[in-house]
Amino acid sequence: MSNTIRVGISDQKVAHAPDILVTFALGSCVGICLYDPHAKLGGLSHILLPDSTGQKPLTTPFRFADSAIPLLLRKMEAMGANRRFIKAKIAGGAQMFAAVGKPALSDVGQRNVLAARQALAKLSIPIIADDTGKNFGRTLYFHVEDGTMRIQSASKGEWKL
Amino acid sequence: MALNDYNDLNEIQLDVLREMGNIGTGNAAMALAEMLATPIDISVPTVKILDYETAMEAMGGPENMIVGLLLSFDGDINGMIMFLLEKDFAHMMINTLMGEDTETFDPEDPVSNSALTEVGNIMAASYVNAIASMTEMRINLSVPSMSIDMLGAILSVPAIHYANISDKIIMIQNELQGNNTSASNHILMLPDVESLQKIMTALGIEDL
Repeated sequence: MSNTIRVGISDQKVAHAPDILVTFALGSCVGICLYDPHAKLGGLSHILLPDSTGQKPLTTPFRFADSAIPLLLRKMEAMGANRRFIKAKIAGGAQMFAAVGKPALSDVGQRNVLAARQALAKLSIPIIADDTGKNFGRTLYFHVEDGTMRIQSASKGEWKL
Repeated sequence: MALNDYNDLNEIQLDVLREMGNIGTGNAAMALAEMLATPIDISVPTVKILDYETAMEAMGGPENMIVGLLLSFDGDINGMIMFLLEKDFAHMMINTLMGEDTETFDPEDPVSNSALTEVGNIMAASYVNAIASMTEMRINLSVPSMSIDMLGAILSVPAIHYANISDKIIMIQNELQGNNTSASNHILMLPDVESLQKIMTALGIEDL
């Protein structure tokens, strides 16, 4: 029996095969999937912002790429994953609207993607699939059975990575 | 008590926002009726302070396809305003505006898109003008930017921008009806918190 587990905004979940983790309608947010194929364990984090610097106390660590990703890794390790086997897939970070006079608004997607890549590099986790940027929303299904990341868009169809 | 978060708004302040929403929406609907040369009926808007997840469910779920128009404003107050129109209503507006009767709404069509953006521009301007004259404030509005996509993806933009201020939004919901199409449309008013305080002060609402 496979369960579909929903991951909300600024949230993260870990699941065993054959469960499916899903996060709906990523816009400028980024979804980070971590997968250990040997333990058949997958984790999905939905981050809203790049950087937790200056957040004291840090009450919402799942909100930020730099604080959420290490926590997801730790959670998976506690459940039996081995860091050496873990690989990452990321999606999201779109620019939903063209510039509307506030530059910080239009490039936050890009900054989220960059922060996710940096956080993963710091943990020496390789990124093996990347579907980021552009200007459309994505729903992300992460199949823990085989590590497939399935992306659904509103007008551009569906694909697997 | 100073306003630090949308959550701090009391009943009287919410009433003020409701009334602003009412007048702003009335103005916007009037502008829309003029443009479409068809009567537009509006219901009395409801104003709610909701967190994003609840707001999304109230608007048909994160994957609901929606037309979003985003504008930013500055001047005496700063913030963003976002119009969320249901696809069917947007479709009706385009058909009426272009004098056409297209079966389906093509989100990729550049002519419909620029028509919708223009409608959004005029609606937003009438909305903001109503607030500006109520409060006797100077408010400059940016040109709108449009996105037709999943609701959740569109809402990620204000969610991110205001994440460090509030995890709630001020949602003004109203029922617009015209040309036999009725739709629930939403306006998200996102003034910065200090601007919200300024609006209250300008309208003579003292701290209670």
